[in-house]
Amino acid sequence: MTAETKSKAESFILDVQGLKKHFYIPAGLFKKPKAVHAVDGVDLKIEKGSVLSLVGESGCGKSTTGRCILRLLEPTSGRIEFENNNITSITQHELRAYRQRMQIIFQDPYASLNPRMTVGSILEEPLIIHGIGNKAERKERISSILEKVGLEKESTGKYPHEFSGGQRQRIGIARALILNPVLIVADEPISALDVSIQAQIINLLEDLQEEFQLSFFFIAHDLNIVRHFSDRVAVMYLGKIVEMADANELYKRPQHPYTEALLSAILTADVKGKKKRISLEGDIPSPIDLPRGCRFYSRCPKRMKICQEREPEFRETDKGHFVACYLYE
Amino acid sequence: MNENVLEIKDLKTYFYTTDGIVKAVDGINLSVKRGSILGIVGESGCGKSMTAMSILNLVPQPPGKIVSGEILYEGKDILKLKESEMRAIRGAKISMIFQEPMTALNPVFTVGEQIAEALRAHKGMNRREAMDKAAELLSLVNIPSARDRIKDYPHQLSGGMRQRVMIAMAISCSPSIVIADEPTTALDVTVQAQVLDLLKQLMEKMGMSMILITHDLGVIAEAANDVAVMYAGRIVEYTSTEGLFAAPTHPYTEGLLNSIPRFDKKKRERLKAIPGVVPRLLDLPEGCKFYGRCGIAIDRCKKEEPLLKETAKGHLARCWVRERANYLAVKGNG
Repeated sequence: MTAETKSKAESFILDVQGLKKHFYIPAGLFKKPKAVHAVDGVDLKIEKGSVLSLVGESGCGKSTTGRCILRLLEPTSGRIEFENNNITSITQHELRAYRQRMQIIFQDPYASLNPRMTVGSILEEPLIIHGIGNKAERKERISSILEKVGLEKESTGKYPHEFSGGQRQRIGIARALILNPVLIVADEPISALDVSIQAQIINLLEDLQEEFQLSFFFIAHDLNIVRHFSDRVAVMYLGKIVEMADANELYKRPQHPYTEALLSAILTADVKGKKKRISLEGDIPSPIDLPRGCRFYSRCPKRMKICQEREPEFRETDKGHFVACYLYE
Repeated sequence: MNENVLEIKDLKTYFYTTDGIVKAVDGINLSVKRGSILGIVGESGCGKSMTAMSILNLVPQPPGKIVSGEILYEGKDILKLKESEMRAIRGAKISMIFQEPMTALNPVFTVGEQIAEALRAHKGMNRREAMDKAAELLSLVNIPSARDRIKDYPHQLSGGMRQRVMIAMAISCSPSIVIADEPTTALDVTVQAQVLDLLKQLMEKMGMSMILITHDLGVIAEAANDVAVMYAGRIVEYTSTEGLFAAPTHPYTEGLLNSIPRFDKKKRERLKAIPGVVPRLLDLPEGCKFYGRCGIAIDRCKKEEPLLKETAKGHLARCWVRERANYLAVKGNG
């Protein structure tokens, strides 16, 4: 890293404050609609060129957070700053200029590619929309990106169904990269893939990150992969981040009881040294009727009286290690 | 009594499609030891689920067909049974837990009714007895207030609870073998370990044997006693779970293990991915099916398919290179 890029790395590419997304579902003809608190006050920052991962169980609001950041969903409240510009309430038209610089890779490479478009036209579409290059230049750019993601140039004339799952995910990655973005939101990019292919895609993402100095917001539930790929990790539970720290720190010294339970549940491909599991009672409460105190109260093995009364604040307990739990106050 | 409760001999299950013959399962031999868990691990399309379907004679035919082989349950070939005889075994002696509990459960019946159905069919219980037994089974799989839960519909339960219901159904008639096809794949991490623990406890308590099908070597390490690694419709490695993790022998198994990130080293290393993709079952290469992706292949591998041979005591692998290395080592010692 040169001195110049180092000083740039001090700054954040994304700064999200108090992000909320509530969905309203009808409760009955004359009743007030009920609010589903999918994302309920999320603060996070991503340093330039780094990977922030968001982990948590299904339904905790990970994907909704990712989509709100790109404004593919309109946040209910909160503030999103991308490269120091507030993009929370600018119009879709103004947003287009930023969209080039922030892209998404979807989970399901079968559903996220239009089966009736050739790979060439899938990759050319974003270039046309953003008015980049003439026909020849676009073609040039498409071949170079295909090579970067490890696909043959001849792929342009083929349709998505002619490719395997891993290759389709490569097409999805090429589509995200073709506009030279700086931030990629990757929503479970490998969970639909076979084990032997997952490692290929993770290696590809790492190479691309290095080559293009990309920043990643990586949404995943495979905790082994997350540890391998991330600089920082945020743990989400029921619409809120309960703990955030550098990846190694979080895996070595988890503080929140939910993080501890989550990490203890990792199945390792190893028969030696079985560790002790923390098993959680009950299920995740409904995001419609949230408990008053700590969201994790009902399942927490270390709960105290105060936890039921007031929600703990998300605060820094060690340098760069944030946690929302009364055990550390 | 035979040590093996189930033996599969040279099973071949093919699909006859317009594009050609898909050899989903192509000559596998497996045995399930009494009271133990046999894990089958492999990636999508390797034939692990079709093996399970073949055991229960549930292969959709046409286009599928079990073209040869024997499946010996307590020494008797169940492939030769009439459908009516098979029905007395399916669910009662050999039962199955499916991957996706939401699609495997019927949304318009309560979970109690669904568990009761098998009991009434196989055990001749009346409705009342069957519902009582259903409630008992639900508390056995650790569902709280089981009496009330039997009146719930599947959509009222969480994913983990639904999978417990599936397990309750599978064990309702005290089968001697449970086939669990990716039983924890659709579940969250914290629930996964719980469900595996539950399965292990129930097996011990009820003296059942299990076939555990998964793509996750972590699940194998957690639960299985023996393990078969499948690739392109074949078994490429077959040994005890300890044996597999202590000395993975087939390059494919090694590749799978290397694809998982490890953290015992200080520095972050690149993952050792297996290059390429699984070959299409429609046009499999002539020699070793792993040839194109293998790092240690020799010329012979391209032309001639290796056999599943013992490379160490109780450790079978399908690889020319490893077989030869073992032969040389043994000769050197002798």
